[in-house]
Order: sequence, then structure tokens, then C-alpha cells
Amino acid sequence: MNKKDIPQDHSALVNYIRELCYAVGENGNYETANSTGWEVKTNALDVAWKDIETRIIAAKDKVLRGEASPVLFYMELRLMDMKILSGYTGFWQWTIKRHMKPEVFKKLSEAKLKKYADVFEVSMKELKMEHFNADRL
Amino acid sequence: MQIDFEHRQAAHCENGVTANLLRFSGVEITEPLAFGIGSGLFFIYIPFLMVNNAPAFSYRTMPGLIFKRTCKRLGIEVIRKKFSSQESARKMLDSCLQNNQPVGCQVGVYYLTYFPKEYRFHFNAHNLVVFGKEEDQYLISDPVMEGTTSLTDYELNRVRFAKGPLAPKGQIYYPNLTKNITPENMKYAIRKGIRQNVRDMLFIPGPIAGVSGIKFVAKKILKWHDKLGAQKTGLYLAQLVRMQEEIGTGGGGFRFIYAAFLQQAHKFIPDDKIVAISQQFTSAGDMWRDAAVQAAGIFKGRLTQRSDFVNMHDRMLQVAEVEKQAFTQLSKLKF
Repeated sequence: MNKKDIPQDHSALVNYIRELCYAVGENGNYETANSTGWEVKTNALDVAWKDIETRIIAAKDKVLRGEASPVLFYMELRLMDMKILSGYTGFWQWTIKRHMKPEVFKKLSEAKLKKYADVFEVSMKELKMEHFNADRL
Repeated sequence: MQIDFEHRQAAHCENGVTANLLRFSGVEITEPLAFGIGSGLFFIYIPFLMVNNAPAFSYRTMPGLIFKRTCKRLGIEVIRKKFSSQESARKMLDSCLQNNQPVGCQVGVYYLTYFPKEYRFHFNAHNLVVFGKEEDQYLISDPVMEGTTSLTDYELNRVRFAKGPLAPKGQIYYPNLTKNITPENMKYAIRKGIRQNVRDMLFIPGPIAGVSGIKFVAKKILKWHDKLGAQKTGLYLAQLVRMQEEIGTGGGGFRFIYAAFLQQAHKFIPDDKIVAISQQFTSAGDMWRDAAVQAAGIFKGRLTQRSDFVNMHDRMLQVAEVEKQAFTQLSKLKF
């Protein structure tokens, strides 16, 4: 890549970082220059986010249909998986799997619910999704 | 309390931390040199590790290895510590700063407040340098940022103890320099770095790593297309492009940084062949970027024919061939 060809497209990095690129300068030596972004990788990032959104919506529908507890929804919302959630809560993965069943979730102690609420950074009310309003999240 | 630390922006976090910390200790080193001496260039496809519903790819070596290898090859001792308690992690950090020693920290990105939200995934192998403390604020030199930033005690602690795969466990590290680094030391380290990189890219057994890993993925693209469908393959290709181009690679999946390394190595190894090989890595980087454009056409849904996937397959085979040639020539270099 020649230095003059470094793309300067709009990306999520604008206002945060202009990242450093290595490119060949006029005399054939490598130089560094900043770039605001490249359309191709912005598109790739968009694909990843669209996939995440689909998963969050699917999780929400499952909770609303009563097939899963809010733990599943908030796990997806916070981009976590079982392993990560297990790390932050200190619960075993199979325990979390159980907590994802609505009937088990209803009987959880306040202390356990508090742990989930802290990790997901939501209030206890929001965690239980009693007055659920997806647009707010 | 603030240490007189020079922040220099880098393309990749670990290279940047390595080069900046070593420069603070008095070693004349750049980001590309650190990358090359640490044998940073790699390719691996990890089918059993799923990240965001797509298999993992990496264009670089394992996190942590670049710092470790670069120091070792220059004959510099590494101080590295992990912690089980957040309290002792904080104490150790503070006492290093008291002793005028900036330290490298491994952190998770998800709770890193100064990053844009779009980039904050649960990725735990990011690196930054802490170089001072003012009241409740730690002064941070994050090599991918243009300038220095700061984090509160709470924020820093949170990213140091991020959870999940590759959890940093408050890990801190710094080089402990006791002697002067001579050009002779540099030359030795560069040779070691190149030798290992040749081995990593050409001779690792099994199909998923090195040049054969690139060929393997090329063939997989067609299999994915036939078995999983165009959309899923698109998702996988998007992941491939993200790993190749996302913040930290310097573009072209680290190939440009490696080309820059060879160019700078020429100062220590006066063999003109190394400049010619450097140009081959430049063209490999360019080919990776052209392939990314083709991949983007696929995952945006603009290119849907099977021939478009075959085109992607062919492009990757070509890059693999160029890199194989380049590394073979590197392996024959006498110095």
C-alpha cells in the first residue's frame, strides 16, 4: 500500500482514534500515517453487530414467550456468553443454564438476583423485566 | 506523580507497549523491530474456538508472546506478575509507579471507557502502559491512541480484572534492563526472530497454521458455501476481514508491519536481498487487502454467485504462495 492510498473513510473511530497505518512513502521506504477508517472494515464490523442485534431480539422474544428467563436476554445484550457470564458472576455454567429457565428464575434468592443485576448493570426491577420496555435499552 | 514517559502511537497494542517500555529503559527500538524480533507474523484458523458465532482467525502470534520473545532475544529479564486479589494488584502497581517504573498491563476491552462502543467486545488481550497517578486518576499510555488518556482507580481495576477467555488477572509486566543493548545484540535478536517466524509459517505440522492454514481456509470457503450457504459464509468472511484489518494490524493483516521490519532490519543486516523480500511482504499485504474488498462484496450481499466464492478461494491461494516464497527466501538468507 502506498502512503497516498491510505483510505480516509468515515467510521466509528471518528472522534476517538485515528489509527496508525504502515505504508510505503515516495522514496520506497515505510512510513506511518493516520487513517480515519476504511469502508471495507466498517462493513465487516456492521455484519458482526447485525448478528448481535439478531441474537438480542431472538432472546427477547424467547423471554416474552416464557421460554427463557431474562438472564438469557441480558447475557446477549451485554455481548456475553456462558463462559464470560460465569466468570463475572462466579456461578457455574450449568447453574446459569438452570437460571435461564423461567420457573427456576422466579424462585431465585434476592442475593443471586442482585449478583446478576450488578453484572448486567441494571436495577432489580429491570432484571425481572416486569415492566419490560425494549426501546429503553 | 508522573513518570517522564514518551507515548508513541503504534498500530498494534502489544508491539507498541513493548517498544515504548523498552525505549523508556534506553533501548533504541521501533514498533516494527519489536514485532519482527518477537516473530509476530502468523496465520492460524481455529475452528473449535467460536467468536461471535464465527470461527476464530488470527494473523499474529499468541498474545503476550511478542513482549516475552523480544525481551528474551535481546537478553533482557522480564518481570511479570498475575494476581488473585485486586488489593495486592493495586499495591504492586502503585509501588512500581513510586519507583519510577512504568508498567505494561493486560486489560479487557469491554469496559475500556475511552474506546468507541462499536469496538468494545469481551476481548481480554489488550495492552496499555500505566505511567503515573494523579489523585484518583491513573495516567494511561494506550499505544493505539494518538495521545495519552487516564482512567479512574475503579475503571482501571475493572479492566485489569475482566473475566472470560484470556482473563488478564491483573497481569502487569515490565523489562528489567541491566546492560546496554549493542547493535550486535540487535542483530542476534533479529536473526532469532526471523528464524522462528520462518518455522512458524512454513513448518508447523497440521493444516490450520502458517501458510498451509491460509490454503486450508481457502478450500474451506468453498466447503462452507456448499454446506452452510452464502449468508453464513459471508459472516465467516466478515470475521476474517475484521481480524485482518481491525485496529491493531497496521493494515493488510500485519504484513505491512513485517515488511517495515525487514526494511529496518537492513540497517543491521547489510544484505540487499532483505529489501527485496520486504517488497514481497508489501505485495502480500496488498493482496490481502484486495481479497478483503472481494470478501466485502460477498458479505454485503452484492456478490452471490458461486464463482465469487471461487474468486475468493483463488485469491487466498495466491497470497499463500507469495508468503511461502518470501519465507523460503528468508530461510536461505545467510547472516
